[in-house]
Amino acid sequence: MARLTVAELEARGRVEAPVSDRPKIKVGMSTCGKAAGAEPVFVALEADLRERSLDWRVARTGCAGMCSMEPLVEVTLPGQAAVMFGEVTPEFARRIVAACVDGAPLPTENRVPSIADLARIAGEPLATEGGPKQYRIVMRNCGVIDPDEIDEYLDRGGYQALAKVLSTMTPEQVIEELKVSGVRGRGGAGFPAWLKWNLTRESKGEEHLIVCNGDEGDPGAYMDRSVLEGDPHAVLEGMIIGGYVIGARNGFFYIRAEYPLAIQRIEKALRQARAADLLGNNILGTDFSFNVEIRLGAGAFVCGEETALIASVEGKRGTPSPRPPYPSVKGLWGQPTMINNVESLANMSQILLRGGEWFAGIGMGKSTGTKVFAVTGKVKHAGLVEIPMGMTLRDVVEGICGGSATGSPIKAVQTGGPSGGLIPARELDTPITYEHLQKLGSYMGSGGMIVMDETDDLVELSRFYLGFCVDESCGKCAPCRIGGTQMLRLLDRIAAGKGSEADIATIRRLAHAMQKASLCGLGQGAPNPVLSALRYFEPEFRGRLTSGRN
Amino acid sequence: MTLTKTDEDVAAIAKRWKNKRGSLIMALHGLQDRYGYVPREAAMSLGEQMDVPLARIYEVLTFYNYFRLKSPGKKVVSVCMGTACYLKGAPKLLDQASEELGIRPGETTADGEFHLQVVRCVGCCGLAPVVTVNEKLLAKVTGESLEPHLLQPGATEDGKA
Repeated sequence: MARLTVAELEARGRVEAPVSDRPKIKVGMSTCGKAAGAEPVFVALEADLRERSLDWRVARTGCAGMCSMEPLVEVTLPGQAAVMFGEVTPEFARRIVAACVDGAPLPTENRVPSIADLARIAGEPLATEGGPKQYRIVMRNCGVIDPDEIDEYLDRGGYQALAKVLSTMTPEQVIEELKVSGVRGRGGAGFPAWLKWNLTRESKGEEHLIVCNGDEGDPGAYMDRSVLEGDPHAVLEGMIIGGYVIGARNGFFYIRAEYPLAIQRIEKALRQARAADLLGNNILGTDFSFNVEIRLGAGAFVCGEETALIASVEGKRGTPSPRPPYPSVKGLWGQPTMINNVESLANMSQILLRGGEWFAGIGMGKSTGTKVFAVTGKVKHAGLVEIPMGMTLRDVVEGICGGSATGSPIKAVQTGGPSGGLIPARELDTPITYEHLQKLGSYMGSGGMIVMDETDDLVELSRFYLGFCVDESCGKCAPCRIGGTQMLRLLDRIAAGKGSEADIATIRRLAHAMQKASLCGLGQGAPNPVLSALRYFEPEFRGRLTSGRN
Repeated sequence: MTLTKTDEDVAAIAKRWKNKRGSLIMALHGLQDRYGYVPREAAMSLGEQMDVPLARIYEVLTFYNYFRLKSPGKKVVSVCMGTACYLKGAPKLLDQASEELGIRPGETTADGEFHLQVVRCVGCCGLAPVVTVNEKLLAKVTGESLEPHLLQPGATEDGKA
């Protein structure tokens, strides 16, 4: 990759990608795809093409979102729409090639919706009646490009936003654009992004720092992994822009060690960006210099909490500290630090290229833009979906994901992971916004959406979530450490059929104390799954009490 | 300390990370990648070379679930207990593995062949339930498909287990 300048990047943005006269074959090779057997499929395709002396390229792409249908293979014949095949075996892959060579129709079996059937991509108009329901801003390149090739990212408008920002916008103008867009942090709480960027920028310090939080610890959520694996440069571009705006020279990717492929892809993206002058000294020939390093997590859910994350990036135990001071004032090594979630950063280039107003036009009320969810559990089509905010839970669970996979009706949906809550089936017509979910006693969270059917035991599920938080409590503050353990004991007793009426009252009291007195979000949020289960499904708990059994 | 080979490896890791800020966890990852766990001698040697007190190193090692202080055995069987896997039967798979290997989660078999552990979400929830065996990820696991991965590797070879 040759070094780039702003002018070269801009020129590149005006050139249409050449139309290929050969069939294009893509294999989804993210962690999900590989787990389902994409590697042998890829090898079989390459071997078959070699035997036939064809120099068609088989491309590796990231996650297209249909995780339960992996391995996915997409075939585009010249002048035709792409066709997607699911659960592809090496034998089936050879059949596909044979059809392409013979000019015969592609196999009709194993067809699944293509990305174009599933979603509109940023820049295209929003869905009309009968059109695809998803709208992909964050996942615009996932499953489309080869994440290991920076050229493919550049061909899709990659780094155009960076060039625009560096050559035509002041940091204040960028912040203003974010303000207009209304974009809020996608890590869970939904703090306005422009405010966070502005607060960090205005804080005084020896240096300013930026951290990308890729410590996706919520069990049941993997949006960030898929974006890091499928479109690493999009996250990096957002981070470089962030660095420019807050005046940082250094940034850190903080990524879970459990995500080896995401780490590899980011390492490679950093090397490519350095070689192209998109990172390092005098980026794109300007006087802005910015470097990024990787720091790995080591398996601690509490490190999703900003102050604990900072301790961990510093190489220490991930124990949280009281806020204020907020990281935007005093973060890494005591310096003003901006921590952004992966999905938040992946949105940035599109907001700045297309404008804040464009982004604000998507979504509902104060929840603008889209949100990526990992919809899993008892649902027919488990996978990643990116939807405009304001879509109802029913549209996602039943419309996009096909409803219950088990024949047993859906009982509840859980969002927000171990700090979130249950939403009963009767509330499925609720629009997905930060405010609506909060009103139901849950919250947006990072994007886990777990679907339960009538056979799922919500007393057990409450124990599962609370048990997770008890295990993951760092132990620093008493409300979380002791409160969580005691509450778990009470739940154990109820689950064993030995609980009493008084135990339920005690759980509620303990929950209140933990919410009010815990030091960080882990302890404050830990009672939520239990409380929401009690709120909507109290009879299930009562049925397990000693008196209830008599 | 007589393990000179160890010393060389540790020295390389210490050198790479010594003057970088916030690098202790990265250096410890380096040790675990190299040995499969963090041996005490290696931790001591790293501490000396990076000027980090051993107490600080263990403070970090014992905080994070990812670090192992004992050799894990040749085959690490990790049952994912993320919410999606939990709902789709991971607890049963864990019981099965535990029973067939004769160890509890977090333990290693006496012959050092197997280590059984629970992991918190490997991020493949669409393919739940998921089990990993060393680096290999098994998708949509059933009791039957897990079975062969719990067999002694040498069990069929001239009677040696």
